[in-house]
Amino acid sequence: MSTRVRAARPGAPAWLLVLIAAVPLCFLAVFFLLPVGGMLHRGFFADGALDLSGFTETLARARIRRLVWLTIAQSGLASAISVVLGVPVAYCLYRLSFPGQAVLRAIVTMPFVLPTIVVGVAFRTLLSEAGPLGFLGLDGTWTAIILGLVFFNISVVARTVGVAWQGLGSRAEESASSLGAAPLTVFRTITLPALRPAILSAASVVFLFCATSFGVVLTLGGLRYGTIETEIYLQTAHFLDLKTAAVLSVVQLVVVLALLAVIERARRTTTTRASTGRSSRRRPAAAEWPVLGVTAGVVLFLLAPIASLVGRSLQKDGAWTLANYAALGTTGAGNALLVTVWQALQVSLVIAANATVIAVLLGVLVAFVVSRATQTRTGRRWVSAFDAAFMLPLGVSAVTVGFGFFITLNHPPLDLRTSSVLVPIAQATVALPLVVRTITPALTQIDDRARQAAMVLGASYGRALLTVDLPVVWRPLLAAAGFAAAVSMGEFGATSFLARADNPTLPVVIYRLISRPDAENFGMAMAASVVLALVTVALMGLVDRLGVGAVGTF
Amino acid sequence: MSKHSAALAAITITAAVTLSACGVGGGGSSDAKTVTVMTHDSWAAPAELIKKFEKDSGYTVKIQTAGDAGELTNKLILSKDNPSADVVFGIDNTLGIRAVDAGVFRPYSSAKATDQAKSLALPGADDDLTAIDYGDVCLNVDNGWFASHGLAAPTSLDDLIKPEYRDLLVTPSAVTSSPGTAFFLATVAKYGENGWQGYWTKLRDNGVKITSGWTDAYSVDFSGGEGKGSRPIVVSYASSPPFTIPKGGGEPTTSAVLSTCFRQIEYAGVVKGTDNTKGAEAFIDFISEPAFQKSIPDNMYMYPASGAALPADWAKYAPLATDPLTVDPSTIAAKRDGWLKEWADVTTG
Repeated sequence: MSTRVRAARPGAPAWLLVLIAAVPLCFLAVFFLLPVGGMLHRGFFADGALDLSGFTETLARARIRRLVWLTIAQSGLASAISVVLGVPVAYCLYRLSFPGQAVLRAIVTMPFVLPTIVVGVAFRTLLSEAGPLGFLGLDGTWTAIILGLVFFNISVVARTVGVAWQGLGSRAEESASSLGAAPLTVFRTITLPALRPAILSAASVVFLFCATSFGVVLTLGGLRYGTIETEIYLQTAHFLDLKTAAVLSVVQLVVVLALLAVIERARRTTTTRASTGRSSRRRPAAAEWPVLGVTAGVVLFLLAPIASLVGRSLQKDGAWTLANYAALGTTGAGNALLVTVWQALQVSLVIAANATVIAVLLGVLVAFVVSRATQTRTGRRWVSAFDAAFMLPLGVSAVTVGFGFFITLNHPPLDLRTSSVLVPIAQATVALPLVVRTITPALTQIDDRARQAAMVLGASYGRALLTVDLPVVWRPLLAAAGFAAAVSMGEFGATSFLARADNPTLPVVIYRLISRPDAENFGMAMAASVVLALVTVALMGLVDRLGVGAVGTF
Repeated sequence: MSKHSAALAAITITAAVTLSACGVGGGGSSDAKTVTVMTHDSWAAPAELIKKFEKDSGYTVKIQTAGDAGELTNKLILSKDNPSADVVFGIDNTLGIRAVDAGVFRPYSSAKATDQAKSLALPGADDDLTAIDYGDVCLNVDNGWFASHGLAAPTSLDDLIKPEYRDLLVTPSAVTSSPGTAFFLATVAKYGENGWQGYWTKLRDNGVKITSGWTDAYSVDFSGGEGKGSRPIVVSYASSPPFTIPKGGGEPTTSAVLSTCFRQIEYAGVVKGTDNTKGAEAFIDFISEPAFQKSIPDNMYMYPASGAALPADWAKYAPLATDPLTVDPSTIAAKRDGWLKEWADVTTG
């Protein structure tokens, strides 16, 4: 058992790992398992007795079975397209170097933070019968939904894979090239295997985002193309049929767990360790035109809805004007809002700061535990179950969690229904998987022998972590923080359930404005969306700048 | 992460959660000086009026929005055993009986309600609810479009299934939008419980476009809206036309088809189980009084239930239907969900 000898880890006793794991687990238990459990309890215990008849009834319905398959197909297809398009974009934006790159990165990030309802309107403005792309006949089709989902998620792939790519050393690739391997062979045999964990991570996150997105699907697909998520929303929020909703929540959970298991298996078979060292960023070569072409196409695709949005924000009564932006300092026509848009932006920023701190703190704890590969098989199982547990919030309906908060966190000492702390907490829960997925690979990559060496030289375990781990982790940490802040700025699903009317976030305000029946508020909503996107992109750009030349990798 | 910083993080998070639980938390119902109002997303009121109420009554008003009218009703029913609000505003006549049957209200009849408000009371709800405002959901047509296409605008629901009006109508979904539900109920009133299915099949065959919400229908697809869409007939409100008066005055560019209207009435009620009954009642009195009633059209785009005076352009360009289509509220309560599920099947084909 030589591995056991090598893995002697005097500094990380099991009790410490368990203790560290306990903190995020408690958080997950109170703010996720409890509300979801509460909703399932209401659904399955009618009049105090367990009633599982809902399963046979619900699953017997052809419409529901169709929705389950649609969910899987839709999310699978959208994730695949996002990856295929996102990887070349990641290469161009993070491995090459050319003027205007920072602007392109900003454009690619934007969709991620735009409120779904705004994107829905922007997409439909393009695709509707009278729109500039109306001739394609895509309005209300399945293709439109897939386009919408891809629009949102390319940025997730480009960013996670890009950050990983940036950290890959180019030595192995260069040696292969100098030995005569064609560029495509180099990519297939050296780069791709090294990027595989990052691509799989991104794909799984994107799949979960797609499987649980309901705003886009409802707006672009209507009733014809629902998903499990939209059905849970309809059954809970409109029909109050908690029995059916509970069954669907369980089905959703099963789909998500199955996906996580598949991904976990795929990840485990990858043994290639990313070669570290300096990565070189160079100017694009002429032979790279296919990659550059795909990237240009993607940027155009992302720009079209954004341009239609910006266009509408600059128009009022058929004339070009900045009036919509000037109105952001007001509460809108007919007292549409209780606060001005600028005040809401302030609230959003404060909440984002809080959510980011919570997500990063918990994320570091989770990543710390996950990255300490344990020596026993049972230990590893526990760790991967622990890792999966924090992916769950992405895969479970925001509606279920939202209503769950409402019916479970309603007794002292946890009467939080009307409390403003729930907003950053809910957002942190959504951001947590992204944080964990960004930090863990960097932590895993550190050779434990470095820590042992430090300790042999007399450092305490804590000291060893500070001198060995921190320098490697801090840049991915920043990237994760930027991601968490963006998630928080753009989050609408859970926030709309929890935000207080007198303290709304910017997406909530935008939703309110856009739902009001007059042109003035509509224009304001468009302008506010542009502001939201710009502020968030600027925030992320700032964080990117801090992490320039990041050495952390997946 | 050292042992100490891990412990520190643990303490920080625990402390944050505990503090928030004790300090910031707590529903409005535990505080006798605060009136917590649960309402829908469309709530809007002038800040001065609320301030004046707070000053006169000594209560602090806390607004809690809970989604659209449907979500509001469901949240109210779900939190029945431990309500989070003292008073609710925005339950309408399509969902009222469901909430009343669930026993979430404490009876109260406001002395401030006018005779007209009383005439709008929800049949079968006894004294549980007070009518605050109302409005009509009707077809709206783009006058300019019809003039330039040499076609007469439709004047009835029957017209919509005629070939000359093919591909001209857009409506929000009956399942996910409250004006959508109202329009659906108008067709139930007109064609009967067993006749609407046939009508909607014909609408579908005649190219009706269904969007998920009102915003989409009006501001993307409707030719008379901001988005300059392709469809000149939309399901909207009787109060929509004044919003299409061109800058600088003149006639609205759209009008409502008054024979197709379904009347929506919005109510307020005291939440059963509140320990601030007095505050809840004071709030219902406040929103029934003339000052607040007069603010309703400009803020919530509905008509005051009390009969208070309307803004000038409303009085002129936003008449209500004289004989709106209606469905008995108890029938709606009993059959609504089944109908909507059937509607989804009929329209998606």
